[in-house]
Amino acid sequence: MPYPADRKYTKDHEWIRLNGEIAEVGITDFAQDQLGDVVFVELPDPGRRVTAGESFGSIESVKAVSELFAPMSGEVLEVNPTLKDHPEAVNATPHETWMVKVRLSDPEATGSLLDSSQYEALTRT
Amino acid sequence: MTDTAASLRTTPLHARHRASGARMVPYAGWEMPVEYSGIVNEHLAVRSRAGLFDVSHMGEIEVAGKGALEAVQRVSSNDAAALKVGQAQYAGLLTPEGTFIDDMLVYRMGPSHFMLVVNAANTVKDFAWISEQVKLTGDAACVDSSSRYALLAIQGPAARDVLQPLTGVELSDIRYYWFSYGEVAAARVTISRTGYTGEDGYEIFVPPNMADRVWQALLESGRHADVIPCGLGARDTLRLEAAMRLYGNDIDESTTVLEAGLGWTIGWKKSDFIGRERLLEQKERGLARTLVGFEMLERGIARQGYAVLHQGNRVGQVTSGTQTPFLKKAIGMAYVPTAFSTPGSQIEIDVRGRVTKAQVVPLPFYKRVMGSGVI
Repeated sequence: MPYPADRKYTKDHEWIRLNGEIAEVGITDFAQDQLGDVVFVELPDPGRRVTAGESFGSIESVKAVSELFAPMSGEVLEVNPTLKDHPEAVNATPHETWMVKVRLSDPEATGSLLDSSQYEALTRT
Repeated sequence: MTDTAASLRTTPLHARHRASGARMVPYAGWEMPVEYSGIVNEHLAVRSRAGLFDVSHMGEIEVAGKGALEAVQRVSSNDAAALKVGQAQYAGLLTPEGTFIDDMLVYRMGPSHFMLVVNAANTVKDFAWISEQVKLTGDAACVDSSSRYALLAIQGPAARDVLQPLTGVELSDIRYYWFSYGEVAAARVTISRTGYTGEDGYEIFVPPNMADRVWQALLESGRHADVIPCGLGARDTLRLEAAMRLYGNDIDESTTVLEAGLGWTIGWKKSDFIGRERLLEQKERGLARTLVGFEMLERGIARQGYAVLHQGNRVGQVTSGTQTPFLKKAIGMAYVPTAFSTPGSQIEIDVRGRVTKAQVVPLPFYKRVMGSGVI
């Protein structure tokens, strides 16, 4: 699966798609493939502040639990309602399935994030 | 590949797994397939049709000679004298404290010949222990014959229909926990009606050089029934639904047979075995803690090592836990004080800092509906 060029990526395998000061965050195809069947996604309530590099939730597959790390700082506006009953959407369409929408505190602070070709290179090492 | 990966052992089916796109992981010193098409898919295939597993990492230790029965009786918790030739039983390999060095299946191959099938991670330790005990009883020999066998498991309601066309052995004559010899796809094998999934099925001991041939033949025979290869991930979720204990999770050298709820594997009537005295004491005194099954009542999945709480106090620990694909519930097993061990008892699990309600339920979580076959 190609990594869309319309967004940035973290080394922890999250993606973030910016639209002005609002951003959607999800996990990459590589991440969902490593996790296996996703059965539960635990996300923060709207209004909570998240900090770049810090855990904002967790994702559980049948075999393990993994933390979700915020690519950028901001305030959670919305949580994807689909995930409560259909966590498997993360496996089926990882790049379309956003988990949270965040109002970024600094939309310019993308310095440490990877572009799609850098991220793809990372998954091949 | 790192040095660690290079030093992992591989089964005779390793190339087949890799070529088939399995995800390989290190497990108990072996590089093993954890999943092929996904744990959920594989789990459901075994419950509804059948799945094929490579469990060649399991160890085989054989004890033979005039004193073999005496030696096995000494190291095994169960009563091996009750076994007929061609029959198998589940048992503990115990410390003098009545705790688990390992758990195992004891096969009676002949009147004075036994095969103990043990966990991969423990084979070396088990062999050292058993050898020592065999020496004490005398007139028997003990051999680690693990490298002589590949072990395939075909598990699920369709297992017999998939295996039968490949063998002249009449499978309906093999009762549950019995075994027979014969050919499968022209390989000389031992066919055992056993498994670790909670389904009916067979475990087939195959010469390593014939493993790929038998593997391919089983998949081909099962194609019409959509039988698929499965990895250790599904094996773990399947065994947990069936409440089969996993060494290293639910039982180990710190847990006794009685605490683990496996009192039925103790041959109290036989004269003696290692661990008997302590188990008898514990039986008379009563258990302080016991292994129970639980279901989560709130959203959250308990995992191995999470604390069990009661009214905010830590009272025990989760040994296994997952979201089960078939029952579609978050379940687990845990050691709790005996006072909280009756089904219906309310407990809490500390799910990474969040106190989450759970309830003790009877084991097993899943029990197959027995067919009309000879079981």
